Amino acid sequence: MDPTEARLAKLRGSVMPRRHDARTISALAANPGCGRRALMDAAGVDKQKLAAYTGYPAPFGQSQFAIARGNAFEAQVKENGAAQLLSLLREHLSLDVAEAYYTDLGDVGGNEASEVRHVRTRQLLATVDENLGTMFDHPLLRLRVGGRHAYLEPDLIAFQLHGKFSIIEIKSFAVIDDQADPVKVAAAATQSAVYVLALRDLLGSDDKVRDETILVCPENFSNKPVATSIDVRKQLTVIKRQLSRIARIEDLLSSCPEDLTVDLEPDENGIPRRSPGEVEGAIRQIAANYAPECLSTCELCYLCREEAQGSTGALGKQVREELGGIEQVTTVLGLARGAAPSPDREEVAAVLAKAAGLREDLL
Amino acid sequence: MTLLTALARALAAEAGRAQPIRTVRHVHLSGRPLVFIPLQLAGEACAPLAAMAGDDRDKPRMLTVYEPRDRTQRFDFAADLAEVVLGYIDSYTTADPGPEAPYPDAPQVLVPNNGGISFTRLLSRSTRFRRTEGEYAVRQSVPLLGRWLNFYSERSEAPASALLLSMTAVLADHWASGQSATEDANLAALLGWIDPPEGMTGAAAARAAEDPVRCPPAGPATDPTFDNEVLAARIGAIRAAKARGDGAALQRAQLALETVLKTQLEPTWELMWRAVDLLGALPAGGHVEDRWQADRRAFTGHVNWLRQGNPPAPRKDSAVAAASKLARMERDQQRLAVQRAYDDPLVMAEYRLTSDAFAGIVVDAQPDRLDTSGKRAKLRPWITVETSDEVIAGPGTEFASPGRPGQQAHVIGVAPDGERTRVILELQSGMGRSLTPPPGSVPAVGEAVTYTTLTDDFQRGPTFPQIADTPWTHGGPPPQYPGGADEDATEEWS
Repeated sequence: MDPTEARLAKLRGSVMPRRHDARTISALAANPGCGRRALMDAAGVDKQKLAAYTGYPAPFGQSQFAIARGNAFEAQVKENGAAQLLSLLREHLSLDVAEAYYTDLGDVGGNEASEVRHVRTRQLLATVDENLGTMFDHPLLRLRVGGRHAYLEPDLIAFQLHGKFSIIEIKSFAVIDDQADPVKVAAAATQSAVYVLALRDLLGSDDKVRDETILVCPENFSNKPVATSIDVRKQLTVIKRQLSRIARIEDLLSSCPEDLTVDLEPDENGIPRRSPGEVEGAIRQIAANYAPECLSTCELCYLCREEAQGSTGALGKQVREELGGIEQVTTVLGLARGAAPSPDREEVAAVLAKAAGLREDLL
Repeated sequence: MTLLTALARALAAEAGRAQPIRTVRHVHLSGRPLVFIPLQLAGEACAPLAAMAGDDRDKPRMLTVYEPRDRTQRFDFAADLAEVVLGYIDSYTTADPGPEAPYPDAPQVLVPNNGGISFTRLLSRSTRFRRTEGEYAVRQSVPLLGRWLNFYSERSEAPASALLLSMTAVLADHWASGQSATEDANLAALLGWIDPPEGMTGAAAARAAEDPVRCPPAGPATDPTFDNEVLAARIGAIRAAKARGDGAALQRAQLALETVLKTQLEPTWELMWRAVDLLGALPAGGHVEDRWQADRRAFTGHVNWLRQGNPPAPRKDSAVAAASKLARMERDQQRLAVQRAYDDPLVMAEYRLTSDAFAGIVVDAQPDRLDTSGKRAKLRPWITVETSDEVIAGPGTEFASPGRPGQQAHVIGVAPDGERTRVILELQSGMGRSLTPPPGSVPAVGEAVTYTTLTDDFQRGPTFPQIADTPWTHGGPPPQYPGGADEDATEEWS
């Protein structure tokens, strides 16, 4: 085990690591300045569990109704060697797929180890027959995040035709009159872009993977699937740039104490021996970068929000910008009430004082 | 987000309590609104689970769907909801307003959040094309409900309309909380900031309100933990009783489901009426009544449209309809911004900060000044306004005053005077036809005045082709409607 791997294992403690998936990578890419999330994800820490144990349970979860619906729809589309999917590709996207093969890479001869699956994925995808349409379900991909390879828990199908691959994602939100929830579409497009990037990395060539991904959703109020092409070039650019901004894991580690760990140190009955306060203290040793957007993407958001109280950033990026980028609420209000500004803040101080005066006069 | 609102948020964070950002209420508030709180089953496009609705805070009507994935039960829910909603709407159409005149009042629907509006739109989409005979027939009232819900959700996109309002949006427009806009989408938390319980700070009340056990979400999405730990078992019990054919057990199970869903809806019901009271305590802005009249006209128009037997609105607007709607919305948006600034000095203050307006005291006035340069003498009074606001406008710039909206004021000169600025303005219009201005038509010395470059000038909208003349660039004329209606009625539905 290399020293970084050892440090990360120490940080995580005695539990099994959790793998990255497209969702964690897009969340991380949405806030590349957050070292806490980058490090926790690199170490495979169960953030949900930590958040709950320290008294800040994550404000989101998944309803079993939503999960059941998603699974049922996916199973239906993939039934009988993905028969429905194939007819969609032919009819909706007018692809001339004469014959197609469907291979599930979910495990390799019963072996679910990441390395084994990744190698198998690479072998199969690299030697595919260009003239046959081929679908690979659950190919295990990996991506460099913070200077290290992260395996992606896959939820996609790689579809090959005429030597080029497309990413197919199956989602259970409805497309009604050709329109779907824009938030969900944006999330799906970002995830697809992560897969495109990882697949290009695997094949060692950008040309072999299309910029257009295929999204399969139920149509209107039915279970009938409908396929839509999504151009993810923009998302690709954003993710590439954001991933390049994530600090190297080694650098993040070097700014933390050597023996830092968020391990709950469970006893033989699985009961944590470390107090919630102690664990929270350990988490707080890694610098975070809280923004209200974290509230829908990061399990640790409530803890970080508590820590960020009193900052203008906790009120939203726009609020902070309007207030001249000043970090602390107390500084803003001090200037608004006439405190002497530093030379670089004279202009913003004058506007704040004027605004505060207007409020005072009019209320 | 504007600077004043951002500052108010900072002040709220410091004080632990929401701060007002308006001095008047900018939306119409009905004396008898219909509060509608829908809940839907997670993972489905639009599967109603329950709803609480009514115009009497003491008598909410609760509707429950015992098997949300059952098509028949969904439309039974729609029929029950139709009873509430259509009954409420009908109570506004009893009087005959006479030709051309709108009804004296219009029904107003309040939902907790933007999700409630989206749900309304989807429920309309899933009901207004349904058939009332043949296979999968629904009750007569179902497509009619769908058409009304479509009218309301369409109006909610119009910037100046108050027919269907999202409560969190309206509250956040009048108060700044000490949290982010994302967190303001939670009705309980936002109300916690605005009106915390005795002895609690707004910040603490908002935190407490984030606990879904204490304050269930205001819908339409339910709390996932509630789904997994309570709802699943209740729905399971109903399915089991049905499978066994045990009528008594089925009744008990249905009652049990109703009871738990009530616990999810009742707190929001209370919050909605508390919010109505809070908003009602604010005086209405000057243009609110004008805008409500436009809503009343729209409502009256829709009643007549339905009575004339017209087909339901299509799934999608045609190119021409969409373009003219967008143009109208843009004009309305601009007019609304002007009206709000004219009605509310705190909104106008935003424009004063950006030098698009200034306020001050009249220090000199020549009300009888005449311009004799032309053939005929014209009344052109001059006034001098002293202001502490920054004035960057040069001579010739046209200003208007909320106090005298029909009068134009042109800048003659701007001169700094110590910390203050003196602005000389020449006035025109709004003073009658004689050469002596009527009393009060020219600001007098000592009067506090506000002048702004913001004006609500009538602008003719662009003209669009007739629908039949839609150019090929926009797909050509759309297929004849209601040709699509039959196809809609038979669409596949799970």
